Amino acid sequence: MHDVSAPHDEGKGLYFWVWGGLLFLTGVEVVLAYEQVLQPVRMLEVLLVLSVIKAALITLYFMHLKSEIRTMRWLLTISVMACFALMWIFFFPDADRIVQLGVK
Amino acid sequence: MATVQHAVQDVYEPSLFGTYSKKIGMWLFLASDSLTFGALLFAYSYNRIANPAWPTPFHKESIANATVMTACLLSSSLTMVLAVLAANRHDKPWTRYWLLATMFFGTAFTVLHAMEWTKLMGEGMMPSSNPWAATVPQFGGTFFTLTGMHMLHVTIGVIYLGVIALRKKFLPILLGLWLVGWLLTPAKSVFHIGIHALLIGAIVSALILFLKPKDYDSHDVEVAGLYWHFVDLVWMFIFPLVYLMSTKV
Repeated sequence: MHDVSAPHDEGKGLYFWVWGGLLFLTGVEVVLAYEQVLQPVRMLEVLLVLSVIKAALITLYFMHLKSEIRTMRWLLTISVMACFALMWIFFFPDADRIVQLGVK
Repeated sequence: MATVQHAVQDVYEPSLFGTYSKKIGMWLFLASDSLTFGALLFAYSYNRIANPAWPTPFHKESIANATVMTACLLSSSLTMVLAVLAANRHDKPWTRYWLLATMFFGTAFTVLHAMEWTKLMGEGMMPSSNPWAATVPQFGGTFFTLTGMHMLHVTIGVIYLGVIALRKKFLPILLGLWLVGWLLTPAKSVFHIGIHALLIGAIVSALILFLKPKDYDSHDVEVAGLYWHFVDLVWMFIFPLVYLMSTKV
């Protein structure tokens, strides 16, 4: 059983590395926006992937989800992701359909 | 006393998640709040893709401003996690210093964001219209709802951290900030009304601090940290989807 009073044992150095990684990924996103080499839908996909990586770093290290027990980690992750997946499945094909139909 | 403790341990089952209830409560709240923000982000992205004529009003200056705002929030997450580490060491002075640093970055983020809003509204952008694309009136509505909701969360987060760090000493500071903000913002500005969020925050904080006074421990700091990191996490989606997807360099 996880000890409720046990502090998280990661060192300060790890948090500085995660912070640096997050700043670096933000820099990559800004460069992509400035260069504008990707079409909007492709750009959205790339930015979403980078955002999910940043969100995972924040959740796992800063919010210490990595240190929680497996039940909590997976139950939270799967339930939230399932809701987002449902939104994605219903909304985005419809938005794309409107573009394909050329509706003004 | 030992008998009583033994009896309590027998009565209560161990937690399903193996941690204390306050933390589970905050995680459940954050899960529900993530769906609120998720719905707003999906609504924005849906409209963005479905409208080829979507306005791109964010030039170099706006992107630089939003990038500084992002750096502020990321740095605030670092100072917050350092506050949690200090709290775990029972180092009260450093816990307070790191919490105050987090509040500073959060306040800087809010001020920069308010300046960005003021600039956009000065250019004629309103919730129901915008000067760049008359056929896409929903740009203003989706933008202000999403970023306004986030700004409100950051403001609540700063007040929450202020209560944890300074307790009752924070109340006069908060009331002072409200009064100065109210007097300094122009009467026509949306922030002349929005600043009353600080007054509401002060009333709610006073109720909590006077009705249930306590010395906040490392668990309280950690739970406050969860909320703060979540606010940072949400911005990691808003910044690229709202600003970078509507860039015109």
